[in-house]
Amino acid sequence: MAEQKSKKVKAIDETLISHQVLQVPFNYSAGPVASRFLIALRDEKKIFGIRCPQCKVVYLPPRGNCGKCLSALDEWVELKGRGKIQSFTKVNYQESTHPSHPEQFILAVIKLDGADTGLTHMVGEAGEDELEVGTLVEPVFREYRKGNILDIKYFRPIKKGRA
Amino acid sequence: MARKAAIIAAGQTYHKSKRRDVNIVELIHEAVKACLEDAQMGPKDIDAVLIGNMEHFEGVYNPDLWAVDATGALMKHALKITTGGTTGASVAHAGYYHVASGLFDCVLCIGWEKQSDGDTTAGLIFQSDPLFERSNMAGAIGTFALAASEYMDRFGISEEQAAKVAVKNRGNAVNNPYAHLRRPVTVQDVLTSPPLAHPIKLLDMCPTSDGACAIIVASEEVARKKSPNKPAWFKALATRHDQPFNSDLPLLINMRTLQSAAKEAYKQAGITNPRKQFDVAEFYEPCTFAELSWYEALGFCELGGGGKLIDSGVTEMTGELPVNPSGGVISTNCIGATAMIRVAEAALQVMGKAGARQVDGVKTALATGFGGSFWTEITILEGN
Amino acid sequence: MGEQEKTGVELLDISSPANFPYDYSCGKIGSFFFKALRDQQKFYGRKCSECGKVYIPPRPVCGPCYAPTNEWVEVGPQGVLECFTVVHFSFLDPMTGKKRPVPYGYGLIKLDRADSRIQHFLSESDASRLKVGMRMEAVFNEEREGKLSDIKWFKPVE
Repeated sequence: MAEQKSKKVKAIDETLISHQVLQVPFNYSAGPVASRFLIALRDEKKIFGIRCPQCKVVYLPPRGNCGKCLSALDEWVELKGRGKIQSFTKVNYQESTHPSHPEQFILAVIKLDGADTGLTHMVGEAGEDELEVGTLVEPVFREYRKGNILDIKYFRPIKKGRA
Repeated sequence: MARKAAIIAAGQTYHKSKRRDVNIVELIHEAVKACLEDAQMGPKDIDAVLIGNMEHFEGVYNPDLWAVDATGALMKHALKITTGGTTGASVAHAGYYHVASGLFDCVLCIGWEKQSDGDTTAGLIFQSDPLFERSNMAGAIGTFALAASEYMDRFGISEEQAAKVAVKNRGNAVNNPYAHLRRPVTVQDVLTSPPLAHPIKLLDMCPTSDGACAIIVASEEVARKKSPNKPAWFKALATRHDQPFNSDLPLLINMRTLQSAAKEAYKQAGITNPRKQFDVAEFYEPCTFAELSWYEALGFCELGGGGKLIDSGVTEMTGELPVNPSGGVISTNCIGATAMIRVAEAALQVMGKAGARQVDGVKTALATGFGGSFWTEITILEGN
Repeated sequence: MGEQEKTGVELLDISSPANFPYDYSCGKIGSFFFKALRDQQKFYGRKCSECGKVYIPPRPVCGPCYAPTNEWVEVGPQGVLECFTVVHFSFLDPMTGKKRPVPYGYGLIKLDRADSRIQHFLSESDASRLKVGMRMEAVFNEEREGKLSDIKWFKPVE
């Protein structure tokens, strides 16, 4: 690639470009709360939220402490997995930093029944004109799961239109 | 005129090479929780949250944003400050400026780093100039090795003298329950440890650690009415930056930035004889040779006299001016937190809360910060 | 990926390798410098219009004077080795995605007629054969592309 660029017309005021691809192997500790959530996806195909004993808010994704009152959280709440689309959009571009994303996909914030915060994920088996805010969706799990948020392949509509 | 401001509480995590038992947000929260408990305060008492780390290590940007659950910054004034190695001290200084301005009364300052989630040397290479340095940079180790070669050649400093710094600091770390490396070493251990980049060997160099540190900076009113600890007052602060390429700076390791910052800070604090007037110092020394050269830059001895000073025992725990009772950076280096740990440790010394690593009768403490292309921060704290 | 910790809770690590593509503009000054390496195998430093210091790497502004640099001055190809080290620890080089082969020497060289130093590899990887003050000479690659690595390394002058 550098050769192509330097073989361009060698004008006196040719300005050069330095093309670099910087590669770093990040490897994040999930910690005990996120690990438990992801293991439940992997081993049980179940989605769990976590409740704050003081604020009574059920967080999804779950986290170690409540952002409002700073209490430690350990009350797990099994969610049914169904929910409603809160917002959605069709993404028409691919980023080189996300080679696993398809060229076009639907990104949505989904409010699962029983959770008080939305979850960002993808919607599949539907075109964007078949969806609206309020569409009921359910999770579709991958056959081979490894303890990752993408163990949920996507959410798909259960019923068309508002509940 | 700037208002008085003091550090009234400090908290830190137990630093380790790999804290797999927490994710980044949980790591930060551990230090915040410890600090709030030390202050006997809750998030309601905090007006502003300042947070920093070296983002290229973890590749997750804007901790001010996504660590809100951990920091208690919800619906509050919050700022991210990231200045490389000096980050922790910059955050502490920013806390001082917020309070001293009269606009905030009680500010939570956090420095953190989860080195194990990324690759430290690769991350440091991101910090270098992309056109002129990146292809041949070798992280902090290489840079200090280059600097040490010139220092040794100019002043006849020996590897044995440098090794004594490791012996001192690693020995001190045994008294610090938070330190990462707590096994003492001998001069022989250091000299025979595996070479990293000549003349720096494994035991001459700091480790990489996962850790976080938090302090609360408060106004005089809050400090006098609410602080359960003896306040550690900010007496002087100074920051200096230098030209962008390491290769620009002659006698790199002696840091003209540190010399200049010391001049200004000493003037602010009325320090004319640092060896006599400081009771304790916490240096940000990524390697042994650096500590020796900074004795000189800070005026503890003449230029080139760092080796003789360590030989004399002046900077030991039993000496006239103990340096790094916490074990220093040679024992713990969670980069975004490290410079704040220096300030926090200096504060603990002033408060009388440094436990087994306490130096007797500390009134005036010095903390230094260090960053990439040899820039620096100095903090001087005083008890009443 | 998972591990039984003492608490009995299985802990996961999320692997997230990143590849960041960048296209840095070398700018007018960088381009001139790199083209001189590529086409003439020559080094040029940039001179400050006020203090007369000749900078390498070249830059548009002299920091201490805060004044523009306004002249190119040919420097080197020989110079004095002012700092050096031999690297023994192998680390991940994010530019290649691979570990850098060790041992190798690198140092800071003050090229003749320049006032600041350039950082680059050395041909020598035995620290006992390197000394502060040695005279060094640049060795260029056969194939050059207009970047710093057009210089292969600096070798001691015989």
